[in-house]
Amino acid sequence: MPIGAIVPRPGNASEYHTGDWRSQRPVFSPKHCIKCGLCFVLCPDAAIVLDQEGYPEICLDYCKGCGICARECFMARAKRSCFEMKDEEEFR
Amino acid sequence: MKQKKQIVDPRLLEPAEYFSPGHRACQGCGETIALRLILKATGPNVIIANATGCTEIVSSPFPQTAWRVPWIHVAFENAAAVAAGIEAGLKAMMRKGLMANRTIAVLAVAGDGGTADIGFQALSGAMERGHDMLYICLDNEAYMNTGIQRSSATPYGASTTTSPHGSASIGQRTWKKDMPEIMAAHGIPYVATACPSFPDDMYRKVVKAVTTQGPTYLHVLAVCPTGWRCASDQTILLGRMAAENGLFPIYEVENGRYAINVDPGELKPVKEYLSLQGRFRHLTDEDIEFIQKRVGERFARLRKMAAITSGAETAAGADPARQDVGRS
Amino acid sequence: MMPHAQRVGMEVSVAIAEAVQLADADVIAAYPITPQTHIVEHLSELVADGKLDAEFMCVESEHSAMSACLGSAAVGARSFTATAGQGLALMHEILFIASAMRLPVVMAVVNRALSGPLNIWNDHSDVMASRDCGWIQYFAENGQDAYDHTLIAFRVGEDPAVSLPVMVNLDGFIVSHMIEPIVRVEPEAIRGFLPPLRLAHKLDPDKAHTMGAFAMPDYYTEVKKAQDAALRNSMGVIRKAWEEFGAMTGRYYTAVEPYKCEDAEVVLLTMGSLGETASVAVERLRGQGKPVGLAKLRLWRPFPSEDIVRVVGGARTLLVLDRAVSFGAMANPVVAEIATLFYDRPRRPSIHSVVAGLGGRDVQPREFEEIFERALEAKREAPLAPLGQYELMGLSEQ
Repeated sequence: MPIGAIVPRPGNASEYHTGDWRSQRPVFSPKHCIKCGLCFVLCPDAAIVLDQEGYPEICLDYCKGCGICARECFMARAKRSCFEMKDEEEFR
Repeated sequence: MKQKKQIVDPRLLEPAEYFSPGHRACQGCGETIALRLILKATGPNVIIANATGCTEIVSSPFPQTAWRVPWIHVAFENAAAVAAGIEAGLKAMMRKGLMANRTIAVLAVAGDGGTADIGFQALSGAMERGHDMLYICLDNEAYMNTGIQRSSATPYGASTTTSPHGSASIGQRTWKKDMPEIMAAHGIPYVATACPSFPDDMYRKVVKAVTTQGPTYLHVLAVCPTGWRCASDQTILLGRMAAENGLFPIYEVENGRYAINVDPGELKPVKEYLSLQGRFRHLTDEDIEFIQKRVGERFARLRKMAAITSGAETAAGADPARQDVGRS
Repeated sequence: MMPHAQRVGMEVSVAIAEAVQLADADVIAAYPITPQTHIVEHLSELVADGKLDAEFMCVESEHSAMSACLGSAAVGARSFTATAGQGLALMHEILFIASAMRLPVVMAVVNRALSGPLNIWNDHSDVMASRDCGWIQYFAENGQDAYDHTLIAFRVGEDPAVSLPVMVNLDGFIVSHMIEPIVRVEPEAIRGFLPPLRLAHKLDPDKAHTMGAFAMPDYYTEVKKAQDAALRNSMGVIRKAWEEFGAMTGRYYTAVEPYKCEDAEVVLLTMGSLGETASVAVERLRGQGKPVGLAKLRLWRPFPSEDIVRVVGGARTLLVLDRAVSFGAMANPVVAEIATLFYDRPRRPSIHSVVAGLGGRDVQPREFEEIFERALEAKREAPLAPLGQYELMGLSEQ
């Protein structure tokens, strides 16, 4: 038992995969993506990282399927969101 | 007067996550979006005192933690007091040569309950004493963690579990307590409202607040799909609407000078915003009209404050309401 | 052999403040409440005059005083506060958190009666209401004791093997406001006795960790078990600190100080300033050849079982003085501990509970003499109340 019940390992919550909570998941297609990075900023679970080229990569270990990325994608304004929310059942 | 817009390129933002994934927040939680952004703005040289609440619970289930910065939770009503003690401790030790001089931002983080209600006293005390710290209120407009009970920050007409709407009640009977104004009245050098729906603005404000000497206060609207009864993907949308309809104006007060950062020009009608949330579903047209009218009056007052103070100096010490003045 | 040390007449509250100054505290966060005020007033004077380099926080309540001390202790700053009565009650929830988080705050508690009704005078109801908080708790008998133990508190609480908050109790007005001759510890000496605070688990951006995580049922019990063990195990460091202090000053302290207990048939156990009053009674009765003795309990938590057993020895009767009442209970706080201590022992005295001095009511040596006499009486004409009840000394007929 660490003294005073401290948690000495920073960020070890990442050992818990919240992706299990999902009932829907975002599916990304790069066709209209302008690499604005908004999805990376707005994901509550840091489940989106930007790759070398600036495209989003979804980390399914943590994605809870909230749908914010799909709705807030810059291209959603032009009804061309780069994410489509699909039922998790499709991927079992 | 128009604020110069500062664009923050997400691709140039600090990629490191000082608030790790794996936290237990609900889908679409507004607080956690805010926290990620806040920590990217502060960087790792920070110590956080956190009140009991959603953030604290979802981030620290022993033996796990989502925090990658030094963090302490003590109780519900004392985030400001603990942060003040941290600030005083660091200050004394650096002055006495007991630790190396370095820049460490001291933050207090609390919800609306831990700020406007049970934490009000400690907050007022810390701000009055002039500690060099940033207090951030993550406002989801009720005691969400304990099951959606009302706080004094719950908006008028909202239905919560302790202010439920019914045949004998509209729900919350009082208007949202104006914490930013109360903080401005303390005369602290910097007060601002923010929302992750405006990430550029919020990021800029966090940086400004931590680099301002003295007590600073940031009131963040944290949309809560679970408590507000909206879809989990509407977090950012609702925050934007609240800024544009005047229910949550995005503004700042720098040494007494008011500036509205997101000015919609003519306020958008509140009706659409209210209709998207289950907590307002019971409101009648008259209720909505009442809210609309009052929002308009309050926003007009805010515009007046901005106009009256617009010529004022923003230099430190210029605000006549400023508390820590003169020789110490 | 100690070099000749000068005695200075000073108010005990001022002496305590000077002890904090000698310890070079870094942060003092305090809220004024009678009869603690002179301690914090003198401390703020010392800071204002540049004689103590510390951050003095005039917090807006006692709850914030303790909260601020937790914050400053958490970053490794030497932290001090003082309170009394209602103030201690107001910071109650934070006390438990301080010890759970193993943060070495030192607090002087100038014991004052708990309301209602409001009463600013001395008894132990304030500290007894907090007895389970997990702090090391000490009862000073007089000014020198209070001064010395303020220093010892920092030494013990901050010891890496302990890392616990420490409460030094002293009776309000009766001790705190008296002018007593105090022998001060020299600044050169304190450096050897009290090393700088090095909190191993302090908050530090270079070594980020989380303090105060919430614990589900599957973890809470083990955390508490570890906490209890830490408090019990602090006994070793407390004794060591007393040894070191004794070697430095010539004043050796123990957990229980006996006065004429060696062949006593009746022993009275007291805490705090009533010990001195009772010793006058013991002196007088011994002068008449009566076999009475006094056990002055100084260390309250961790509870020094073996020391008490040794001091009480073969006494036939043990009178336990409580300066607080546990309403509706089988036993008042101190006698509850003592009765439990002796319950299983083959040789145990007849134990009686005595309550005196509530709300600052004066207790005269004569009253102690009376209760000793009753305990000594062979015929038992006025038998003492059995356990489960208590003798309320000095009760006036109203």
